[in-house]
Amino acid sequence: MESKDYLKDISDIKDLMNKSSRFISLSGLSGILAGTYALIGAAITYWLVNTYSSGTLILDGQIFRFVILILALVAIFSATTGYILSAKKAKKTGANMWDATSKRLIINFLIPLIAGGLYILIILSHGKYGQTGGLMLIFYGLALVNASKYSIGDIRYLGYIEIILGLIATLLPGYGFWLWVLGFGVMHIIYGTIMHFKYDVK
Amino acid sequence: MSIITNINKAFDHRIRLGIMSILMVNEYADFNMLKALLGATDGNIASHAKALEKVEYIKVEKQFIGRKPNTRYSTTDLGRVEFKKHINALEKLINKS
Repeated sequence: MESKDYLKDISDIKDLMNKSSRFISLSGLSGILAGTYALIGAAITYWLVNTYSSGTLILDGQIFRFVILILALVAIFSATTGYILSAKKAKKTGANMWDATSKRLIINFLIPLIAGGLYILIILSHGKYGQTGGLMLIFYGLALVNASKYSIGDIRYLGYIEIILGLIATLLPGYGFWLWVLGFGVMHIIYGTIMHFKYDVK
Repeated sequence: MSIITNINKAFDHRIRLGIMSILMVNEYADFNMLKALLGATDGNIASHAKALEKVEYIKVEKQFIGRKPNTRYSTTDLGRVEFKKHINALEKLINKS
């Protein structure tokens, strides 16, 4: 044991510390796809609202229900894609998809997200929907910042950007839709691309 | 001379070093988590954990989750201090050579 490689010890320690506390199998590609779904959803919404609802959205209308459905589909598709691609990446690197780190990541991601989602539903039921887009961005950003402690640290920066975009959107409700497109669509694609080249392509 | 004395014999094994590394960044870890991360046998982990427990660097709590026994490990304050000293000593040794 005398002549053992101390350098390897240190790198083992760092590796174990990372592996045991962070879920790092998130795939950049899933970010790109989530952004694409958001853009498609937004395009359909834009077309629906302008074609059938003369550019305005009425809370109890048919179109509004369609918009909610589209939002739900975007969320479901994004989550499913994220899960499948992460599972694939975890398998490739020999990591475990469903362990203490991924559970912790998901719980910490969901807490701000669900609280925010419920809050949005509550104020929607009061008929205040001008800030919905902004609030979605803010709470999603907070969820990302909270989750970043348990995953790739870079997620934090995406979170900051979403929060800032969300705050701008609540200040300028008229641009809520476009800021939503920017935050959920464009930013995901940019972030996913950066992550893809930083971590996945080697 | 002083550098050498800071290299802690209690950590002088891959599994023990591994157990400590995991416990340093986690509030606690159970037996299966250590096993999965370190890729060692049950007996191997149990004996090295025992060695670390004996010098009071880690705490072992046995409990039941439902009907299954569950062993939880966590660091003690002493263990954290000693592990940091050990890492510093390792780093100094590397920088020297």
